[in-house]
Formats: sequence, structure tokens, C-alpha cells
Amino acid sequence: MATPPALRATQYFLLAYRRTWRASIMSTFVSPLLYLLAMGVGLGSFVNKGGGAASLGHMGYLQFVAPGLAAANAATAAAGESTFPVMGGIKWTRTYFAMLATPLRVVDVLAGHLTWIGARVAMAVAPYLIVMAAFGVTPSPEAAAVLPAGILVGMAFSTPLVAFAATQDNDGSFSLVFRLGMIPLFLFSGVFFPVSVLPVGLRVIAYATPLWHGVELCRLLTLGRLGAASAAVHAGYLVALAVVGAVIASRTYTRRLRT
Amino acid sequence: MPGEPLIYGRGLVKQFGTVRAVDSIDFAVERGEAFGFLGPNGAGKSSTMRMIACVSPRTSGDLSVLGLDPDRDGARIRGRIGVVPQEDSLDLELTVRENLYVYGRYFDLPRSELRPRIEQLLRFAQLTERGDDRVEPLSGGMKRRLTIARSLINEPELLLLDEPTTGLDPQARHALWDRLYRLKSQGVTLVLTTHYMDEAEQLCDRLVVMDRGTVAAEGSPQGLIGRYCTREVVELRFGPGESERHADKVADIPERIEVLPDRLLLYTDQGDATVEAVQRRALAPVSVLVRRATLEDVFLRLTGRQLVD
Ligand SMILES: Nc1ncnc2c1ncn2[C@@H]1O[C@H](COP(=O)(O)OP(=O)(O)O)[C@@H](O)[C@H]1O
Ligand SMILES: [Mg+2]
Repeated sequence: MATPPALRATQYFLLAYRRTWRASIMSTFVSPLLYLLAMGVGLGSFVNKGGGAASLGHMGYLQFVAPGLAAANAATAAAGESTFPVMGGIKWTRTYFAMLATPLRVVDVLAGHLTWIGARVAMAVAPYLIVMAAFGVTPSPEAAAVLPAGILVGMAFSTPLVAFAATQDNDGSFSLVFRLGMIPLFLFSGVFFPVSVLPVGLRVIAYATPLWHGVELCRLLTLGRLGAASAAVHAGYLVALAVVGAVIASRTYTRRLRT
Repeated sequence: MPGEPLIYGRGLVKQFGTVRAVDSIDFAVERGEAFGFLGPNGAGKSSTMRMIACVSPRTSGDLSVLGLDPDRDGARIRGRIGVVPQEDSLDLELTVRENLYVYGRYFDLPRSELRPRIEQLLRFAQLTERGDDRVEPLSGGMKRRLTIARSLINEPELLLLDEPTTGLDPQARHALWDRLYRLKSQGVTLVLTTHYMDEAEQLCDRLVVMDRGTVAAEGSPQGLIGRYCTREVVELRFGPGESERHADKVADIPERIEVLPDRLLLYTDQGDATVEAVQRRALAPVSVLVRRATLEDVFLRLTGRQLVD
């Protein structure tokens, strides 16, 4: 049976990952768990004792922070996989060009890489889900949907970033993406505290960011409180971003790779 | 279709912004031959090869590869050809075998078919011993042989090689030429670019000389030498910048003379007689050498410049 062309490209990334997975296990699995323990259990016991529980809507801090961290980690993993490896495909190992010398087309290379990034995001989200279940903070059966929701968050970050990465001549701008983009988002998108405590100006900005929508989506899913309207708003926003990013990426990839 | 050339280009143009890399060239490659694009850096060889390989859309003109149009049937054409790009695109972190395997997967070749083919290609590329080693520490010649092996994974009827031996030492080059002869004798059509005139003479049945995006001449290596040069060349070597002032003193001896900064090239059908005549003029060159005319001389004749400088 024929393998779809995009998945043949994905196979490359899987093979390359099998060589390097040990190096990435710390950042993908171990440090998120440390975060969860430090924040959810350590800081959590402090918050829960104070007035925090009330402003969190009477849930434990671990309950509050875990889905937020899952969404944030999905976004961070997606950003890492959507910048440096794209430059690698174009300039360092030139894998994209190896692929394009075969029946694969630019859209296949792009779709194949995005598929791989989706898989990596799933690997980044899954540990959270497991730990949340272990700590009993997944009251709703819908909590399992945090996995696809996390992948959606990842794609909303990934497609615009690969589109951008394909326009760059070197990796110099990528550290700015993290310092000026990912880290502020991580801190101010409602992962660690509800954005309602922010001054109104910052709050409006937070509502406009994709990570806030991702955090809300994951949090409401774990609580089983996701209504149709908020599902449509949050998921709709993320899907729209992912689709627009993919359309732009197919242009920037073509411009860069088919000269 | 029998009789139709395997590759056919007419009025082929490639424009990058204001740079016309390929400026309306015509050529045809027949099945089973080894065809070359010979020219200096920047002549437009890679741009031409990339259009043939269906990885770079043409700006204008006609191009057909295997009887198909690269604009419409790029993926189908790429499935039937092999490509050795000028710049290697191997994954240095993967092993030799993994590089071959994953490339074969791009063609959707099943594992069962790939496994024996990879072993056969490793033997062909003389890399069997290194099969499970990472690519990174391999020598330049080994990497190039691996790239060639990789390009053969889909058993292509046409192999495109862009500067296959540039940057290799003489021994590695000869090892690689030997592999290419073997492929040719198995009926694979070879199209290669080079700026080495000895490579073109060794490997090509027919070639075009490219310069500044255009085709300056076309023919077999011996045919081109016969058409544009005498049989022999007497080289008189002088100190740097000194040859010019000696040119007049011997200009009447050969059929034609070329003045290079450090050398005079005297084109003649009787090398020894020319040397004797030169010696009677008492010029005292640093050295005197009689040699056969080469494609380098053809290029000089056609363009007034040297292939490699
Ligand atoms: N992608 C590109 N963008 C802009 N200019 C290019 C590109 N590729 C090649 N060129 C230009 O086209 C001309 C021919 O280049 P090329 O085909 O690589 O020649 P060759 O392979 O004979 O050395 C050169 O002037 C080169 O700078
Ligand atoms: Mg070139």
C-alpha cells in the first residue's frame, strides 16, 4: 500500500529523532514534571492555604496550573521544533532539498514536517495528562481531550513559525522569538494566575494571544466545564491561526525551496 | 518514444532577479550517452541541472525530460531519475545505511525491496564496511560515493551529476570515475557538469561548452578539439607578467598564438618543429612543453578566458 508522500517525509524526522531522543528527554519530559511538582505541589500548598483558592474558583492550585502548563509546554515544544529544525532542513543538513529531489513536493515536505511537529507536541503534552491523572486532578472524562487540544495549540504556534523560519537566512532571530515572544506569553497567558488579576490593558492583550486561548481550552476540558460557545471561540481562534499559518508557510516554503 | 531525445531543451532560460543565469540554451541528450555541461564557475551549469531535475521552475523556453514536462509532471520525472546535487544533502548524524533507507522511503520503496538494494549499492559504492557508521567522519570521496549510491536507490534510467568530483583528491576522483563508467556500461544515461576539462574528456561522449549562461559550442571532446584547435600545443612559460613582450617574436611560427600572463600557447600540428623554430629565436623561457590540445584550449579559443583560474 502506498504511503502518502507527506508521511514519507515524516519518517525521516522519526528516524533522526531515534538517534537523539535521549538528549531531548530532559526538556520534553523531566523539566515539565519538575515544574508541575514545584508549582502545583510546592507553590500550590502556599496558594491553597491563602486566599488563592477562592479567586481560582475553588479548585486546587495543581488543578489550575497543570492544564495551563500542558498548553504552555505544547506551545514551547512547537516553537522549538518549528524554528531551528526548519533552518536545518534548508541550510544545515539540507534535508528539505534531499526530499525535493525525489517525488516529494514542497507541500509534502511542509505537511510531513508539520505532522512530525504535531507528534512531538503530543509527546510534550502526554506527561502532563499522566501526572494529572496520577494526582487525581482530572475529574472530567473530557480531560483526555487535552491531548488533541494541546496538539491544536502546538499547530497554532507551529505553522506561523515555520512560515517565518523559512524566510530567515540564519538562526539569529530565533532567540528573539523565544525571548520576546514565547517567554512573555508563558508568563502572562494565564498559566500561573488568572489573567483577571492583570490590569485591564494587559488583560486585553492576554485575551488576544493564542496561548491564553490554549490555556483556557485545556483548563476547561480538564474541569469538564467547556461549553459550546467557549469551545467555538478558543478552538476556532487556534484553528484559524493554524490554517492561516499553513497557507503562508506553503508560500514561504515554495519561495525558499523552489528557486 | 524511440528516436526522441531523453532530455530536450530549447530556448531554455533561467532568470534570478536581474541575473540571467541561463540565457536561452539549446541541447538534446540521447538515451545511453554520457553528456556534459563544461564551463567555469557561474556559467549556469547548476541552474540548468536544477531545471532538468525538476527542482527549479524554468523562466521560459521548452524543456522535456523523459518525454514529460517538468512543470506538469515534476514529481513523476523525479521518481524516475537520480540526482547528485553540487552540495551534498546527506544527514551526517544518520548512518550510511539509514541515509540510503530514508531516501528510498521518499520514493515509497518498501523495506523488503530496500534491504537487498541497499546492500548492493553499498558494494557498488565500496562502503559495505562503513554501512553502520555515521556519515560525518567519512572522507569527502566516500560521502560523494554515498550520494551517488543514494541517487541510484530508485534504479533511475537517467542520472544527473552536478560537479561530481569537485573538491576531491585525484585518487578519489579516479575511484568515482570508475563507478560512473560502470553505470554507463549498464545503460544508465549520465548527464554531468564539470569545470574540469580532463573530467569532461574522460567521461563525456558529447558535451556543450557553457559560458555566461549560453552554449558556446557543442560536440564530442575530440570533435571540439579538432574543430577549434590544432593537434598540439607548445607552451612557453615565462615569469609572471613577462609573456606578453615575447609574443611578437614568435607569433609568426604557429598557426595561432594565445597570450596568458605567464605563458604563451603556440597552436601547431608539428610540436617538435615549432619548438626548434622557437629555440632559434633565443627567448630563454623558463620552460618549454609540448602537449596535446585539450578542452581547456577549446574554451580559451571560444571565450578568451581560462576554465579554471
Ligand atoms: N538561487 C539563486 N539566486 C540568485 N542567483 C543565483 C541563484 N543560483 C544561481 N545564481 C546565479 O546564477 C549564475 C549561474 O550560477 P550557476 O548556475 O550556479 O553556475 P555554475 O553551476 O555554472 O557555477 C551565477 O551568477 C549565480 O550567482
Ligand atoms: Mg554549479
